[in-house]
Amino acid sequence: MAQSGRRDAPELPDFSLLKRLARDQLIYLLEQLPGRKDLFIDADLMSPLDRIANVTTLKQHEVDKLYKVELKPIVSTADQLCFLIRPRIQTVKWISDVVNLDKAAGRLRRYKIIFTPQKFYACEAVLEEQGVFGDVTCDEWAFYLLPLDDDIISLELPEFFRENFLEGDQRWVGAAGGALRLIHSLYGPFSKVYGIGQCAKMVYESWREQVEDGEQKTQQPEIGNVFLIDRDVDFITPLCSQVVYEGLVDDIFRIKCGSVEFGPEVTSSDKSIKVMLNSQDKVFNEIRNEHFSNVFGFLSQKARNLQTAYDKRRGMDIQQMKAFVSEELKGLKQEHRLLSLHIGASECIMKKKTKQDFQELLKTEHSLLEGFEVRECVSFIEEHINRQISMIDSLRLLCLLSLTENGLLPKDYRSLKAQYLQSYGIEHLLTFSNLKQMGLLVEQQPGETLTVMESKVGKLVNDKTAGKLTDAFSSLAKKSNFRALSKRLVLIPKSGEEYDLRVPRDMAYIFSGAYVPLSCKLIEQVLERDGWTGLEEITRMLNGHEFAVSGGANGTESRIKADSQRIVLVMFLGGCTYSEISALRFLGRERGYKFIVVTTAITNSGRLLEALLDNHP
Amino acid sequence: MSRAKPEDDEYWNSSKFSAFTFDDEDDEFTKMKESKRAVNSILVDDDDDDDDVEKVSWSGEPIGTKSKPFQSFSESFTDTSTRAYAPELRKPKSECKDYMSDWSPEETVRRMRKGRAYSLERFRSLQDKLLLLDEAVSLHDGNVITAVLIYLKRSLSKEILFRELMVREVALRHYVHYLKEMGEQKLLVELMKALGRTEDMALMQYKEHLNIKDEGRRRDFLKSCLSLPFSQDDAMHVQDHYTLLERQIIIEANDKRGEAEIFRKYPRKASILNMPLITTLYYSCFYHYGEPEGTFSSPANIRKTFRISEKQYILTALGARAKLKSWFDVDSLFNTKNWLGYTKKRSPIGFHRVVDILQKNNAPAQVLQEYVNLIDDPELRLSLAQKYKCHDIVIDTYKDLKDRQQLIVYQGKVERGSHEDRKIEELINNMQIRWKN
Repeated sequence: MAQSGRRDAPELPDFSLLKRLARDQLIYLLEQLPGRKDLFIDADLMSPLDRIANVTTLKQHEVDKLYKVELKPIVSTADQLCFLIRPRIQTVKWISDVVNLDKAAGRLRRYKIIFTPQKFYACEAVLEEQGVFGDVTCDEWAFYLLPLDDDIISLELPEFFRENFLEGDQRWVGAAGGALRLIHSLYGPFSKVYGIGQCAKMVYESWREQVEDGEQKTQQPEIGNVFLIDRDVDFITPLCSQVVYEGLVDDIFRIKCGSVEFGPEVTSSDKSIKVMLNSQDKVFNEIRNEHFSNVFGFLSQKARNLQTAYDKRRGMDIQQMKAFVSEELKGLKQEHRLLSLHIGASECIMKKKTKQDFQELLKTEHSLLEGFEVRECVSFIEEHINRQISMIDSLRLLCLLSLTENGLLPKDYRSLKAQYLQSYGIEHLLTFSNLKQMGLLVEQQPGETLTVMESKVGKLVNDKTAGKLTDAFSSLAKKSNFRALSKRLVLIPKSGEEYDLRVPRDMAYIFSGAYVPLSCKLIEQVLERDGWTGLEEITRMLNGHEFAVSGGANGTESRIKADSQRIVLVMFLGGCTYSEISALRFLGRERGYKFIVVTTAITNSGRLLEALLDNHP
Repeated sequence: MSRAKPEDDEYWNSSKFSAFTFDDEDDEFTKMKESKRAVNSILVDDDDDDDDVEKVSWSGEPIGTKSKPFQSFSESFTDTSTRAYAPELRKPKSECKDYMSDWSPEETVRRMRKGRAYSLERFRSLQDKLLLLDEAVSLHDGNVITAVLIYLKRSLSKEILFRELMVREVALRHYVHYLKEMGEQKLLVELMKALGRTEDMALMQYKEHLNIKDEGRRRDFLKSCLSLPFSQDDAMHVQDHYTLLERQIIIEANDKRGEAEIFRKYPRKASILNMPLITTLYYSCFYHYGEPEGTFSSPANIRKTFRISEKQYILTALGARAKLKSWFDVDSLFNTKNWLGYTKKRSPIGFHRVVDILQKNNAPAQVLQEYVNLIDDPELRLSLAQKYKCHDIVIDTYKDLKDRQQLIVYQGKVERGSHEDRKIEELINNMQIRWKN
């Protein structure tokens, strides 16, 4: 609440430009198909589209009816059909069917597919195979970046995570590079780019290539530093229960594209209300980064203030009353509405969290992070599974156990897997296979044979080959090395010390003082050291792929405004959580930085694990 | 706009291609660079025009090629001086007509990435195809990698393609993902087999069962999966899956009619088909409790067939019997007789958990109290006893802990003059007890 921090923090660039650009491009594309047309929109594009254009905009450009893509036969009678979709083979197959059905019925229409943010050759190949290539025109809407708030920009590509990290498909690398290029051309040039992770490196290279083709940069930079980070550098943080307000709201109600739908249990009426959650909401803005334990106190104080403000009416004469109604009342009513919503949400969170034995769950998570009483944790997880409580929570705990302990003991792995399959369905065999491949849930390697082998081989051959061999070994073992990392980076504050959550002293406050998020700690360290020097041991344990490059090819250091140097853009490849954003905001306040988070999507433990489930066709 | 890469510059600076200088609105470049741009754009009307992409099928045949049959622009182009002047005159017309572009693999994948016109048809030798693939992989653009793979899929026999993918992990993963998205299950299975990834192959085939709606066909399919080369553990799980569905089908056929009284009293909300094992056990404890072990639907049979742990069994049976408020059944779950014949309550799960489950099922105070009393840890016992208002237990526990102060505090919480009040009064005045405070 008292979020003053350093006063000299620079101003954030204005990202509303990105929305205007996207809207103008879309309008241009719609105009490429003149005349009345029906528009089919991919379900997951609807919310992003909502943020930049409304139905009126579409109607103005001769869009007649709007449909959601449902992969079912269509009922449209329009002579022109336009499809606004993500480049997915399944959707393109469906469009091909639509076209072929029309053809068979002797019906003539014009078809246009607008792929966003780009088209894929594989999609065009489908059009060709289905014999409709040429009947359908294709366009690309380069809608890469959606600003969700002053400091959050999303690519709205949740599929990035699974496709890149599980399937090993690099199809989105170009899009991420393109997004970076767009930011660079509008708000750059960047003076320093840091990164860690295989994908981060590829995105960096992709961006460089794209810039090489492009224009020279001469403008004043607004963003000085960039940090690219792969989600698989830190899986622990997104798997922890969120306890900061915004993260909790996301865990429980699922924030979608910066907006949340509060159901009757929150609104205490019979209808649901959709609310935008961003810095424009004054009440939310003050509690979003707070540990949940502080939220109630804050809200009730706020409620008392509101009462006092309303009470001013008493004893007013007519003139004063008139002024009050025209000047203050509207604002008060607005605040009143927001306040009652957030109080309702907090109550609802309390109810849900006590019902689920949330305290026990948190205790287990913290013990796992600390490596304390691990056997008790294993029995807790077992019982959690036995009781068939939340399938995702059980999986989350299993993954945390595996990540913190460098894998499960073989007998635990076998037994817990068997019990999991019994409780939640044997088809989760496929889920376990995915998690194993990702290194999220694995069996411990017998002994430390790999490490021993590594060092022996390392002594025998020269450095370069040894490096390659080490790579091969570590990818084989996919060790998370969490304990060692946590020790070196001091991720776990000493237990026993009081941690005042109202006056956070470090980023650990976002996890009740139990754990400093690894991802954010790395960012902090690299910014502090201006590179990876001194962190060699750590990057080795994280499987390498780190880099730090001075971006300014024109190298005119003097021209670069000092302010932009303290604006840091962090790009999460594979998603980031609201808790991480809160932690970075805290770090920014402490060190006088302003962070801008660019992410392929907002994620949380639920979304992350659901993306890896394979219990459905 | 595009600028020349160094190696191209070298070539263009040394060759004489002035005949092809087209007018360009861009004055910033030297004449040489202009001519290079112009030549590069011969295949399409304008390099920077996005619409070109639409006119070009990815597999080749870019529009505009045929009108200007042309020789290579690549670095392999060495004897420029002789051929460049009038290439079309040096070739028989028929041969010229068939000529496509002649970009290097590197140039080709770069053009593909930018969405420019390109052609893959000239990559006919295996070596060229693989160069193209490797080039695409080195560019880290999955879109282009897949495009090249689609071309290889169409132009190479699968044996050769599989063999080459075996040593190209990145390309292989793109190919597998592409086949998955295209639903080419059969080819995928063949690929896994060829790669010797038998466990992956087995899982991939097993996954197919999710697409089968009819339970009978699904069961038969699962049966056919039993012979697949799963790992030892997974083979057992798949066997369980088959057995479970087989049982569920039998149970469902009987229970659907719902003749027994319990079905009338508590109508089923859903069919038991395809439910997890533990849900099936719960169902069986709910509707088929007490049936002899010989019946498929009996809890005992399910427990034995699927090697369900005692802990798991007790938890599930407890939930089901408590839901039905069969407190007698609940009791007998925990009763054990020692060798002297005394009954004693024993539980593989903590009694605090038992209390939790009973309470959630609105167990009467008397039942609840009995189980609260069985909690070993006094702290836990105290807190649950207070939560559920089991006054006697609170009082006795404080007495055991010799905590007189807490007893006095607690006296304030019970009704004045009640049985509990009197009991506390008696205790705190009892000087025989050695209070710790």
